[in-house]
Amino acid sequence: MSVFDLAVTDLRSVNSALHDLINSPGKEAQWEIKNPRGSHAVAVGINAPIQLNIRGNVGYYCAGMNRQARITVHGSAGPGVAENMMSGEVIVRGDASQYAGATGKGGLLVIEGNASSRCGISMKGIDIIVRGNIGHMSAFMAQAGHLVVCGDAGDALGDSIYEAKIFVRGTVKSLGADCIEKPMRQEHIDLLARLLERAGIADVKPTEFKRYGSARKLYNFNVDHADAYG
Amino acid sequence: MSYVNPPTVPRKSATFDDYTLSEIRRAATTGIYDIRGAGAKRKVPHFDDLLFLGASMSRYPLEGYRERCDTDVVLGSRFAKKPLHLKIPITIAGMSFGSLSANAKEALGRGASAAGTSTTTGDGGMSSEEREQSKILVYQYLPSRYGMNPEDLLKADAIEVVIGQGAKPGGGGMLLGQKITDRVAAMRTLPKGIDQRSASRHPDWTGPDDLEIKILELREITDWQKPIFVKIGGARPYYDVALAVKAGADVVVVDGMQGGTAATQEVFIEHVGMPTLACINPAVRALQDLGMHRKVQLIVSGGIRNGADVAKALALGADAVSIGTAALVALGENDPIHEAEYAALNTTSEAYDDWHEGKDPAGITTQDPELMARLDPVLAGRRLSNFLKVLTLEAQTIARACGHNHVHNLEPEDLCALTVEAAAMARVPLAGTSWIPGAK
Repeated sequence: MSVFDLAVTDLRSVNSALHDLINSPGKEAQWEIKNPRGSHAVAVGINAPIQLNIRGNVGYYCAGMNRQARITVHGSAGPGVAENMMSGEVIVRGDASQYAGATGKGGLLVIEGNASSRCGISMKGIDIIVRGNIGHMSAFMAQAGHLVVCGDAGDALGDSIYEAKIFVRGTVKSLGADCIEKPMRQEHIDLLARLLERAGIADVKPTEFKRYGSARKLYNFNVDHADAYG
Repeated sequence: MSYVNPPTVPRKSATFDDYTLSEIRRAATTGIYDIRGAGAKRKVPHFDDLLFLGASMSRYPLEGYRERCDTDVVLGSRFAKKPLHLKIPITIAGMSFGSLSANAKEALGRGASAAGTSTTTGDGGMSSEEREQSKILVYQYLPSRYGMNPEDLLKADAIEVVIGQGAKPGGGGMLLGQKITDRVAAMRTLPKGIDQRSASRHPDWTGPDDLEIKILELREITDWQKPIFVKIGGARPYYDVALAVKAGADVVVVDGMQGGTAATQEVFIEHVGMPTLACINPAVRALQDLGMHRKVQLIVSGGIRNGADVAKALALGADAVSIGTAALVALGENDPIHEAEYAALNTTSEAYDDWHEGKDPAGITTQDPELMARLDPVLAGRRLSNFLKVLTLEAQTIARACGHNHVHNLEPEDLCALTVEAAAMARVPLAGTSWIPGAK
């Protein structure tokens, strides 16, 4: 296992070594970063099937644009964790700040604590599973993928949502423009069961969730719906 | 005694002119604001309001055809390991695949590459046609993040973080359903045929302090190889340029209100933002005040039409200019040869701006396969390279006449203004005087 200590090694050297892995297939699969101490842009742009453990709290954009890597943050994450992730898996053992999983195209983001506002904003295929609660304006303009919330959701959930699917187990303070509750059919229960299993969550049942998605009334402009834009 | 009251000539209102009246009727009929492409059409102070003084007793000119006048420019020398080296100080502005056809994007790449300059992607990701044909490609990083992925980011030669554009500072992208074909929809992860209205703010950062961290992330992902541009609409250029520099930009792009767009509300295009001429001096002063003029390069865009415009922008302190509308016209946009078809669309050539409808007879602002096929990317690319070469020759002609062996040696002292407004905006003296209105 390779270990980096950000208390003694600079960020550039760490990210550079992680980027070099694409040129070294078969190199050891276990990596660890110690003492991140809130650093920004830790482990961004990786493109290799490694397991990376980050021991501590990270700042903005940890695991940004990740491809293939399985990254676990043993702490909390600042804004934009796993932003624009393409594939792989990012697990945050603590809480996540704003914009978690923003614009993500693929892969799995699991937040074991709570996520702040705008979780899954503009998501484009990523699966996000939050064990706790999420803040306001989450899944704003969400295009594709799944957002699963085991706790409660804040105001304006799914505002201007496109084709992403949202599942919330607790309460939703309010829904955003064009976001509606939809029936939970068996296919959705099966889908949710698979998502929870991937996240290693076994103590909640898919049947306890409600499903939310787009009413598709704003997809093409109609003056009679103008009020919906606020 | 009777008399005849002679009829007066019918008088139309200057306030309620023909266009205004037609717009009121259109709005009343449809219930939706007018959407169109291109930039501001109203007359605003522009480069035409400036003149070069040329050489005289106090300066001597260079021989027009014999003495060198260089035009090369390096963009991104502040932090990037691989700055861009362009042969000419004229780049192609960001225009999306989606708003433009694949053939048009290919033609832009061909023309720019032949002339030794760069093209720029747009709000729709990187098309293979453009990457293959553009030797130097700037990849835009936009609020929508349509098509954004690290693979293309690493293929790019530079990254342009778009905060805004001159046609709509504070506005997001718009691509109406007619142009969302299967390919465009797939690149943007959207359902086919919907009206796509993309966000006006970036989803994962707000303000200049966050931007600094976002730029750090982009540099880390790309191993500090690529120059990072920051593009702003012409709104508050002094402060916006200063904040972009503070955030770590290698290059700042300032786009005035004459800069075009694929589709936006007419009211936005005509009533928000500042003329290009008014943006340059504040942008240059911001760089000078920070000691970063020529260290962080400044690209100016919005209404650049000829070599005189290029030379004037450079003389005011820009390092390069960017063209969009003029490049499309060079490809064949709004060409009178299609007049019958423009008439069928209730418009006329050289006025057609319903680019969002996807019915462009020139095959440029469309995704219709039959219309697209009208544009030969090889021929159109040649037309663009010709045009870029003419712009360069014209700028060189002026620079030599002012006694400069590089177009970057043009300076404000080479200029005078024809109007009080232009003198105040560009901070050059009114012709025949030493008066710069507002100068301390």
